[in-house]
Amino acid sequence: MRYAMAVDTKKCVGCSDCVVACQTENNVPIGYCRDWIVEVTDGTYPQLELEIRSERCNHCDNSPCVRCCPTGASHYSDGGIVLVTHDKCIGCGACIASCPYDARYPHPDGYVDKCTFCIHRVQKGQKPACVEVCPTKCMYFGDLDDPNSDVSKVLKKRKYKTLIPEAGTKPQLYFLI
Amino acid sequence: MKEELIISGRMNYKVDPTLHIWGWEIPLYLFLGGLAAGILFFAALYYLRGKENQYQFAVKWVPMFAPFFLIIGLGALFLDLHHKLYFWRLYTSIKLQSPMSWGAWTLMVVTPLSLVWSATYVRELYPKWDWKLKWIFDLEAFLIKNRRILAWIMIVYAVILGIYTGILLSAFNARPLWNTSILGPLFLVSGLSAGAAMIMMLSKNPLERIKFSQIDLLLIAIELALIIHMFMGFRASTQVQIDAGAMFLGGPYTLPFWIFVVFMGMILPAFLEFWELKGNHVPSYIPGVLIIFGSVMLRFIIVYAGQASRYLY
Ligand code: SF4
Ligand code: SF4
Repeated sequence: MRYAMAVDTKKCVGCSDCVVACQTENNVPIGYCRDWIVEVTDGTYPQLELEIRSERCNHCDNSPCVRCCPTGASHYSDGGIVLVTHDKCIGCGACIASCPYDARYPHPDGYVDKCTFCIHRVQKGQKPACVEVCPTKCMYFGDLDDPNSDVSKVLKKRKYKTLIPEAGTKPQLYFLI
Repeated sequence: MKEELIISGRMNYKVDPTLHIWGWEIPLYLFLGGLAAGILFFAALYYLRGKENQYQFAVKWVPMFAPFFLIIGLGALFLDLHHKLYFWRLYTSIKLQSPMSWGAWTLMVVTPLSLVWSATYVRELYPKWDWKLKWIFDLEAFLIKNRRILAWIMIVYAVILGIYTGILLSAFNARPLWNTSILGPLFLVSGLSAGAAMIMMLSKNPLERIKFSQIDLLLIAIELALIIHMFMGFRASTQVQIDAGAMFLGGPYTLPFWIFVVFMGMILPAFLEFWELKGNHVPSYIPGVLIIFGSVMLRFIIVYAGQASRYLY
């Protein structure tokens, strides 16, 4: 099993509904976010290109955050989801410094926090909150090992990219282009 | 032109707008670790070479500072933790891939070792000292008999500790400025040089002072070579590392780095030491303080600048 997510940059309008859904679903403390929207403008007027991406932890296959963690608090869970065990985390910040995507932050309670792919929902057979709420239905989630999952199907049809593949982290958040 | 913006207003604590997860605590910890490594390295080295009486300060006196430096350093690391009550978790697992982990374990070995080393010299330096308990006298006699073994362990661990202070940073490939294998040897040599400077400042024996002043000259030359090598590596690497190097070659860290670290911390003290070796009088604390200042600044600047260096995607 290998959970992954695909985000359609052609459909995303940058409404930030996913950001708010995550904050509500996961009780993210005020002023923090586990997912965010990046807008890229490329070129010079009038030849401009726009890309909008909903980003979050990439649940990398070769995660520097798991490697750097001195206590084993950061670990791979079911289906490759990268999680932090709160009462093992000492809050040293090594994982925060090691993530090329700046996907983590120190939670006000001391441990380090980030996107969990809503594992509590996924284990119940539901989709992550951000995927569920998206008004343009631009996100696909599922098991890459299952050829019939939403994510496998869309990755077969469409061209995609990952972010900073050169960092060697093997990210599992795919952007359809 | 390409412009990337986070439009959902992300402002995560200590992460945005640029990473600043590590403040003064980590550079201080790295500096004190390096300094202690330098002191212990020379103590063990000159003991093993049979010069414990010739270089008394290096072998017997100055190592007494090392445990304090290490404990203050560990204290700084502790202050940096966000989940302090779980500190002990560092010592419930060993993860060789995590420099933070094996570094913490190295400190767990080096700190008691440095205490033990100093303890074996206490009665020699303070003849009135009394351990009170018989078993401590027996232990002391045993340790003194096995000082050679102690010295060997200490020299190995001092090198590991010195290199660790650099590898802690270079293991992060997310921060292109840190992601160079030069940082391990550079921080090791800088720590050795700070240790030698400390011995040179505190020693009352002119021959010992001259010896350590010569050692410092050599170490500064190696440091300069490593720094040049590091920037050559950045210039010849990928765009992110070219950008990382550019922060010091015209970018915002240019003046602090070249003035505080290279000029005041290396070139000026080297010149003063050279001047003194030529027979002129220079109070040894001036180059000593400058070298230690440069060594502190190196840690601070690299830790801060590294967090500002990143991949843009
Ligand atoms: S995106 Fe960052 S936090 Fe998430 S798994 Fe990859 S390295 Fe770790
Ligand atoms: S902050 Fe926590 S999860 Fe991150 S590396 Fe340190 S102990 Fe591990």
